[in-house]
Amino acid sequence: MMQHAIVALSVISARELRRFLTQRGRFLSALVRPLVWLLIFATGFRAALGVSIIPPYQTYITYEVYILPGLCGMILLFNGMQSSLSLVYDREVGPMRLLLTAPLPRWWLLFSKLAAGVLVGVFQVYTFLGIAALFGVSLPATGYLFILPALVSVGLMLGALGLLLSSVIRQLENFATVMNFVIFPLFFLSSALYPLWRMRESSELLYFICALNPFSYAVEFIRFSAYLTVAPMAIAVVVISGAAFFLIANRLYAATRRG
Amino acid sequence: MTVALSVENAGFRYRDKWALRNVSLTVEGGTFCALLGPNGAGKSTLFSLLTHLNRPREGAIYVQGCDLDSKPLAVLARLGVVFQQPTLDLETTVQNNLTYFAGLHGFHGADARKRIGLALERMDMQERAHEKVRDLNGGHRRRMELARALIHDPDVLLLDEPTVGLDHQARRDITDYAHQLAKDGKAVLWATHLVDEILDDDQVVILHQGRVLANGLSKAMADTKSLADFFLELTARQGGE
Repeated sequence: MMQHAIVALSVISARELRRFLTQRGRFLSALVRPLVWLLIFATGFRAALGVSIIPPYQTYITYEVYILPGLCGMILLFNGMQSSLSLVYDREVGPMRLLLTAPLPRWWLLFSKLAAGVLVGVFQVYTFLGIAALFGVSLPATGYLFILPALVSVGLMLGALGLLLSSVIRQLENFATVMNFVIFPLFFLSSALYPLWRMRESSELLYFICALNPFSYAVEFIRFSAYLTVAPMAIAVVVISGAAFFLIANRLYAATRRG
Repeated sequence: MTVALSVENAGFRYRDKWALRNVSLTVEGGTFCALLGPNGAGKSTLFSLLTHLNRPREGAIYVQGCDLDSKPLAVLARLGVVFQQPTLDLETTVQNNLTYFAGLHGFHGADARKRIGLALERMDMQERAHEKVRDLNGGHRRRMELARALIHDPDVLLLDEPTVGLDHQARRDITDYAHQLAKDGKAVLWATHLVDEILDDDQVVILHQGRVLANGLSKAMADTKSLADFFLELTARQGGE
């Protein structure tokens, strides 16, 4: 059974990656989105948003360097939502039926789909980081390796969140709705674009919301890992909330319906 | 022959409406059983129960004596399924599609390649292995799905209106091939609303409005009239009640 499960995971992942690589439009937009933020938005706001020395940074950094982990999180956020929602839309049509009739536990099949989505997301992040480095915005050399566990954990958490949302909110019919009501609030109410102390200076309430947002912890997990620093709180929030999202989503989605 | 598939008093409802009620049927190994019913009769709902996509509210389903509800994975491993809607990845090759399916059933490496080769050979499609599925015509796509359903050598084949949208020749080829598989020992359950896909020696289960109206050999049902007339009269009578 174990070998069977691993074989299934590998073919599901290979299929997802192949599909992504053949969809050039999706690949391009996955890269252009964060690059626009990095190369245009960040340049424009560099002067306006000064960043003081805060952990894990040990020196002054440019704004581009500050938002780099947040943009990695953004890639995983978009990718996680996209792949989870398509999973639900596909449920009633062909390919998902083929998957769900495979002789493996539903939760494993669902996890395999999430893991395959994460593989695609991580591939996008490293491609983005490669291009960013060409423009002179980079992480410490070893940081590229150390962020890998963080990217995988965050990817799984966000994919599971997407799955959970789409299981409980049937009105999430198109991606624009998801952008407005899920992705943008998660992204802007986080530490992706500005340190939370900055937010606190402006609004205690918004700071409080940001501090409750699991995406803030996802970004910090990536940020601290990139600088070879352990962030126990961020790791705990990402792992626990990811597991909780998956367990609930699995219960709602993967269970066979009794008529 | 032993009973390969057994459905016992299965019932399923969508909210307050019963889509299936007291449905019972058995299919022996080496038998071609046509599940005949008009659109909306409950054929696809029954297939969703047989493939464990949904679970019956009442009754039980057994495959080779194994209870689907308590041992779904063991049962799914013995089923080969062709769904009504195509389940192919059009943007990749026949070989990649079959490798994906083989992997879902735990086959990989040389074993998977051997099984895929055999399945393609059975359907006379070896030369198509490296073609993109999008480039195949409808008949070849269906043949490929049938080849795929045989990769793991299942005991029971479930085919849900597999000839929908095919031209006459392709329909005939697929129907003939499914009959041949039954002769070779497989239990075949073939959902259809087309009586010309059924041969005299086939078992026929007529499903209408979620209930089984008749179950027996085709030639026995159509003793004094054609199966088409028998089917139309029976469903019209029940529809009027």
